[in-house]
Amino acid sequence: MIRDQAHGGKTPEYVLRIEGIEKYFLAGKQRITALKGVNAKVRRGVVTGLIGPDGAGKTTLMRMIAGLLVPDRGEISVLGMNVARDPLKVQASIGYMPQRFGLYEDLTVQENMDLYADLQGVPKDHRSERYEELMKMTGLAAFTRRLAGKLSGGMKQKLGLACTLVKPPELLLLDEATVGVDPVSRRELWAIVYRLVEQEGISVLLSTAYLDEAERCQEVILMHEGHVLGQDAPSQFSGQLNKQTFMLSPEAESRRRLQERIRLMPGVIDAIILGDKLRLVTDQPLETDQVVQRFGVGSESSVQAVPARFEDVFIALLKQRTPGDEKVAHLETEKISHPPHNGSEKDIIVVEKVKRRFGDFYAVKGISFTVRQGEIFGLLGANGAGKSTTFRMLCGLLPASGGKLSVAGKNLRFAAAQARARIGYMAQKFSLYVGLTVRQNLRFISSAYGLSGQRQKEQIEWALDSFELARMADTPSKDLPLGYKQRLALAAALMHEPEILFLDEPTSGVDPLARREFWRRINRLAESNVTIMVTTHFMEEAEYCDRLVIMAQGEILGQGTPEAVKARFRTPRNPDPSMEDTFIAMIEDYEEKEAART
Amino acid sequence: MVRRIIALMIKEFLALFTDKKSRMVVIVPPVVQLIIFGYAASFNLDHVPYAVYNEDSGRASREFLAKIQGSPNFSLKTVIRSDTEIGPLIDTQKVRVVVHVASKFSENLLHNRPAEVQIIVDGRNSNTAMVVLNYLNSIVTDFNQQWAILHGHSPPPARLYVRSWFNTALDSHWFIIPGIVALLTLVVTMLVTALSVAREREAGTFDQLLVTPMRPLEILIAKALPGFIIGTLEATFIILVVVFWFHVPMRGSVPALYLGLFTFLLSAVGTGLMISSIAVTQQQGLLGAFLFLVPTIILSGFATPIANMPPMVQYLTYINPMRYFLIIVRSVFLEGASFDLLWTQYWPMAIMGIVALATAGWLFRRRMY
Amino acid sequence: MKVPQKRGVRKGINIMRLKGLIRKESYQIVRDPSSIAIAFVLPMILLFLFGYGVSLDAKYVPIAIVVEHQSNETSDFLAGFRQSRYFVPVIVTDIQTAEQAMIERRVDGIVWLREDFGKKILNTGDAPIGVFVNGVDANRARILEGYVRGVWGKWLERTSIESGRPLHIPVKVKERIWFNAEMRSRNFLVPGLIAVIMTLIGALLTAMVVAREWERGTMEALMVTPVQVREIILGKIIPYFIMGMGGMTLSVIMATWFFNVPLRGSLWVLFAGSSLFLITALSMGLLISVVAKSQFVAGQVAIIVTFLPAFILSGFIFDISSMPAIIQTLTHVIAARYFVSMLQTVFLAGDVWPIIIYDGLALTAMALIFLMIVKKRMKKRL
Repeated sequence: MIRDQAHGGKTPEYVLRIEGIEKYFLAGKQRITALKGVNAKVRRGVVTGLIGPDGAGKTTLMRMIAGLLVPDRGEISVLGMNVARDPLKVQASIGYMPQRFGLYEDLTVQENMDLYADLQGVPKDHRSERYEELMKMTGLAAFTRRLAGKLSGGMKQKLGLACTLVKPPELLLLDEATVGVDPVSRRELWAIVYRLVEQEGISVLLSTAYLDEAERCQEVILMHEGHVLGQDAPSQFSGQLNKQTFMLSPEAESRRRLQERIRLMPGVIDAIILGDKLRLVTDQPLETDQVVQRFGVGSESSVQAVPARFEDVFIALLKQRTPGDEKVAHLETEKISHPPHNGSEKDIIVVEKVKRRFGDFYAVKGISFTVRQGEIFGLLGANGAGKSTTFRMLCGLLPASGGKLSVAGKNLRFAAAQARARIGYMAQKFSLYVGLTVRQNLRFISSAYGLSGQRQKEQIEWALDSFELARMADTPSKDLPLGYKQRLALAAALMHEPEILFLDEPTSGVDPLARREFWRRINRLAESNVTIMVTTHFMEEAEYCDRLVIMAQGEILGQGTPEAVKARFRTPRNPDPSMEDTFIAMIEDYEEKEAART
Repeated sequence: MVRRIIALMIKEFLALFTDKKSRMVVIVPPVVQLIIFGYAASFNLDHVPYAVYNEDSGRASREFLAKIQGSPNFSLKTVIRSDTEIGPLIDTQKVRVVVHVASKFSENLLHNRPAEVQIIVDGRNSNTAMVVLNYLNSIVTDFNQQWAILHGHSPPPARLYVRSWFNTALDSHWFIIPGIVALLTLVVTMLVTALSVAREREAGTFDQLLVTPMRPLEILIAKALPGFIIGTLEATFIILVVVFWFHVPMRGSVPALYLGLFTFLLSAVGTGLMISSIAVTQQQGLLGAFLFLVPTIILSGFATPIANMPPMVQYLTYINPMRYFLIIVRSVFLEGASFDLLWTQYWPMAIMGIVALATAGWLFRRRMY
Repeated sequence: MKVPQKRGVRKGINIMRLKGLIRKESYQIVRDPSSIAIAFVLPMILLFLFGYGVSLDAKYVPIAIVVEHQSNETSDFLAGFRQSRYFVPVIVTDIQTAEQAMIERRVDGIVWLREDFGKKILNTGDAPIGVFVNGVDANRARILEGYVRGVWGKWLERTSIESGRPLHIPVKVKERIWFNAEMRSRNFLVPGLIAVIMTLIGALLTAMVVAREWERGTMEALMVTPVQVREIILGKIIPYFIMGMGGMTLSVIMATWFFNVPLRGSLWVLFAGSSLFLITALSMGLLISVVAKSQFVAGQVAIIVTFLPAFILSGFIFDISSMPAIIQTLTHVIAARYFVSMLQTVFLAGDVWPIIIYDGLALTAMALIFLMIVKKRMKKRL
C-alpha cells in the first residue's frame, strides 16, 4: 500500500515524531502535569517499547498519538500527518489497542472482528483472506463462535490484537498489552508482534510497565513521571552499567542484615535480595576483589559479576536524576517485636486440602501448605490462578468449600473478634477511605482495632513518623501519590502490632524505587519475627520471599524456597533460570500432563 | 464497643460529607423537591378556563352567569355564539367547560318551569371533570336556594348541610404537603443507606472492616445510625418548612409524630441496609433502591388513596412502611391525633425495621463474593 | 487551546460503518437480558402496578349514617345509600359513635338524620341533614360530597313523584361529559402512565449503555477507528428506538385490551407521536450518559431527572393549569408533559390537530436541542 505523503513518495525513516509535548490535567483545583517536554521518534519497521512505571504518562502519550487527546503544547506527527489537525486521517492508518483490549465481551470472536472490519471500512471481498491470516497467527480459529467474555486473558489479548489488525495498519500502538496476562501468553504476544514486523513491515509502539520487557524491544523510550529519561537500544542502556552489577552470597551474616549494612554505603546504587543472594549495583565499574574489599563480604568466591538488567539501569538513571534523594534512608527501628513462641519453627498458618467452589467452577482445588513463624511466604500466580481466593479464605473473608485452614491455631471465619486483632491485612487495591485524610484514616482504623487514649495517639504518631506521612497528614488520601497510598495502607495494617501480616498484591503499580523501600520494611518486620504472607504476580518479587508456592488454575505447581523451586528447571541450556522461566516451564509441564490425562 | 461504633460512625459522616457529590445528593434535591412539589402537587383547581354560550337574553340568565364569574375557581375565557364553536374549544383544551344557557331560560325561570343549563365538560381528566362539576353544582344549588327564598317557593323536604372535618376549606395542599415529609425522608434515607455497604464493598474497604475485630452487630449499628440522624434532621427541616412556610396546621402531639418517624426510619434504614448488603456493586444498590422506592411510593396512598385500589393490591400495601407513616403524619398534622390512636401504625413499621436490620446484619458476613 | 477538528475526510454517513454499529448493538441487546428487561418487562410491571395502584375513583366508601329515630322516611332515604355502589353504609343510632368511627378512620364520612327528620319532612319540609366528611384527603372529600349530593338529589326526585308533591327546582343542570362519559380515572391515568414509563425507559436504556462503553473501555477502541460521532449517535439511537417502540406497542396493547381504555384517534398518529417522543427520551438519555460517563452516575441522574418530574410535573395526575405560574413555566422543559397531553388526547378525544401539532413541534425542538448538545459534547476525544 503506497500512501501519498508529504515527503514526495520517499518513505521517511520515522513513522512517528513527538516534539515538545506537554499535557496538564485538572484534578479539583490542582493542575497536574502529566507530560513535560516529551520528545521521541519511532523508526519504521521496528518494535519500540515505551517503558516506565505506572503514572509515568505512557497511556496519556499513547492516547495523544491516537488522536484521543490533544496536547497542550507541542506537536505529534504520525506518518507525516499532524494528529491534532487531522485525527480522522491518522486514525484510518493506525491500529490502536487500548489497555483492556476494547472488546465487546457479549459479542463472539467473529462478530468482534466483523465490527472492526466494518468500522475500518475493509471491503467485504478482502475479508475472508485477512481473517484466515489473523486466525492462523493468533490461534483463535477454533473459537470464532465463542463470546469474547468467555475467553481467557491471553486469548482476549490476541483477539484485541486481531481486531486492530483487520485492516493492516502502518503503525500499531499497543497500550499495556501485556498487563494482567500470564507469562506464557506474554511470550506468545511477543512472537506475534515480531512476525508482524517481519512479514508485514508494520512499525510497533508498545507501552509496558514491566521493565524486564525492555530487553525484548529493538528500541526503548524510557519514561518516568512525565519525562523521557532516554531513548536508545536496550543493549546500549545496559551497557552503561558494565562491571557494575554483582551477586553476593552472604557468609557470616543474614542476607537481610547484609543488605541493611551496605545499602547506604557510598558508591552503592542498589542492593536487593534475590533468593539467598544479594544483588549489588555500584556507581562505578569494580573488579570482584575490589567489591570484597570495599564491602567486607568475606571471600572472593562469594562475589560474582553479572550482566546488568534493565531494572538496574532504570534505578541508576533515577538516582542520577534526583541526586541526594535519600528519602528512603532512615527507617526508625521497628517497635514491633514478637518473641518466638516455642522456637521459630512453629507452623503458624496451616492449609490442608482446601477447596473453594463458585457454582460448578473450582477456583481452588484442594491445596495444602504451611507457613512458619517469622517467615516471608509468597503466593505466586497469574491472574485467575486462585491466589486471591486462597488469601481471602485465610483472612476469613470467604468460607472454604472443603478442607481445613487455621491461622495462629484458629479459623478466622469462626474465631472471636479478638483473634482478628492478631492479624494485619492489606488489600489488593488501596482500600482505605479515599475521602478521608491520612490522619482520619489512621484514627479510624486504630479505633476499629480497639486502640484508644494515649496509646492510640502514640501509634498514630509512630505511623505518621516512621512512614514519613506526617507531611501529608491532612491530605485526603485520594490525592496521595501511589507510593504514599501504599505506605498509608501498610501503616494502617501495622498500628495494632499484628503477629501475622497479610499482603495482597501490595506492590502492583508502584514504581521500582517505592517497591524497594516497601520490601525493605517487610524485611525488617520479618526480622522482628512477624509472619508475612504475600501474594504477587511479579515473578521477580518471588525471590524476596523465604518460601513460596506457585499456583495455576487453583492448583499448586511447586513450593519451597525460591532456589529449590528454580532448581527443578535448571537445564544445561539454562543453568540459572529466572523465576519467570521457571514459571513458564511449570505451566508447560502442567498443561502437558493435563493434555495427557484427557 | 461503644468507642468502635462511634469511630465507625464518625467515619461514615466524614465519608458522606467530605465528598461534594454525595453532600449535594443529601441536601439539594430534597429542598428543591419540597418547594416544587409543595406548590405543584395539588388537586385544587383554580381559574378553570370556561366559555359561555348564552342563548337567552333575559336578566335571570345574566344573574346566573355572574355567579359563576364571581367564583375564584373559574375564569371566563370567551363568549361564543353558536353550537359549532363548542367542539373546537373543548377539543383543543382552550376551555375545560362550556356553560350553555338555553334560549327560554329567564322566561322558564319566571314562570316556574324548569330552566335548563347545559354543562359540557372535558372528561379527559376525569378527576378534574368531577371537581369542576362539583364546583358548578354547588353554585347552582346556592343560586336555587336564593331564588326560592326571593320568590317565596316552598323549600325542599330536606336539605344538606355539608361540613368537612380537619380541613374546612378542602385544600388538597394540606393532604399532599405533609405526605412530602414521608416521601423525601424515605428517598434520602434510602440513598444514604442503600449505597453505604455497596460502596465499601466496591472500594474493598468492607473487607478491611471485616478483618478488624469489629463485630457485625457493631458494624450494623454504626451503619444504621447515620441514616437515622440524617433522616431525623431532614424530616425535622421539612416539618418546619411545612408548618412555617406552607402554613399547614400542626394539631396533634409532636412526640407521637417523632415516634412514628423513628419507627419509619427503622424500617427505611433496615431496608436500605438490606438492599445494600445484597448488592455487590453500587449500581445494583441503586437499582435495588429504585425498584423498592417506586412501588413503595405509588402504593402508599401518597397521591391516590389506598381505598381506591383493588383488594389484592390493598393487602399488598400492608407490607409497605410508608403507608403507616403517611397515616401518622396526616393524622398528627390535621386530625390532631395522639399516641392512643396511632399504636396500630407503629408496630408494623417497627417489626419490618427489626426484621430488615437483622437480615442486613446476617448478610454482612454471608454475602461476600 | 483545542485545535478545531477538520472534517476534511468524508462528510455524511458511511453506511457500512453504521450497519456494523447497529449490528453490534443488536447482538448486545439480544445477549444482555437487562436491556430486554428494561424495554419490555419493566413497562409491563410498572403499567400493571400503576394501572391498578393509581386510581382516583372512590368506590365502596365506608360511611356512617346516624339514624336517631327510625321511620319510613329515614329508611326511604337510606335506600338510596344502600343501592349506590359508591357507598358502604354503616347504620348507627347516635352521633358519638359515628364521630368515634370517623376519628378512628373506620369511616370517611357521616350522614346525620336527626330525631325529627321524619316529622319535619311531613310537616314543614326543610329537614336538615348533617353531612361531615373527613377533609384530610381533600380531593376524596370533595368527590364524596358530590356522591352524597347525588344520592340526595335522586331521593328528592323520588319522593316528589311518590308523594305527588311537585318538586320545584329553579335551575336544572344537565351535565354532558365528553370523551369519558363514565368518568373512569383509569382512562386518563393509563395514557399518562405510558408517558411517564416511556420517559423513564427511554432515558434509562441509552443512559446506561453509552456509559457502559466508557466504563469497559470499548468507547476508546471505537474512537480510534475512522468512525464519526454522528455515526456513533445514530448507531445507538436506531436499535434502542426499535426496542422502545416494542415496549410502547406492548403498553398500548395493554392499555386498550387490559385496562379497556378507548383509542379514539388514529393509530398512525399515535405511532408518529410516540416515535417523536421516544427520540426525545433516547437523546436525553444519550446526553446524560455523555455527561456522566459512568453507569452509576448516569443511572442516578436518569432516575432523578426523569421519574419524579414526569410523575409530578407532567400533568399526568396533577393539573398543570392550576399550578403557580413559575412552576407552569418550568413544566415546559419536561418532555413528558407534551407526550402526556398528546396521549390523553389521542386516546380519549381523537386526532385533535392543534394539540397534536403543538406537542409534536415541542418534542421535535427538544429532541433537536438534545442531539445538538450530544453532538457537541461527544467529541472524538477522551
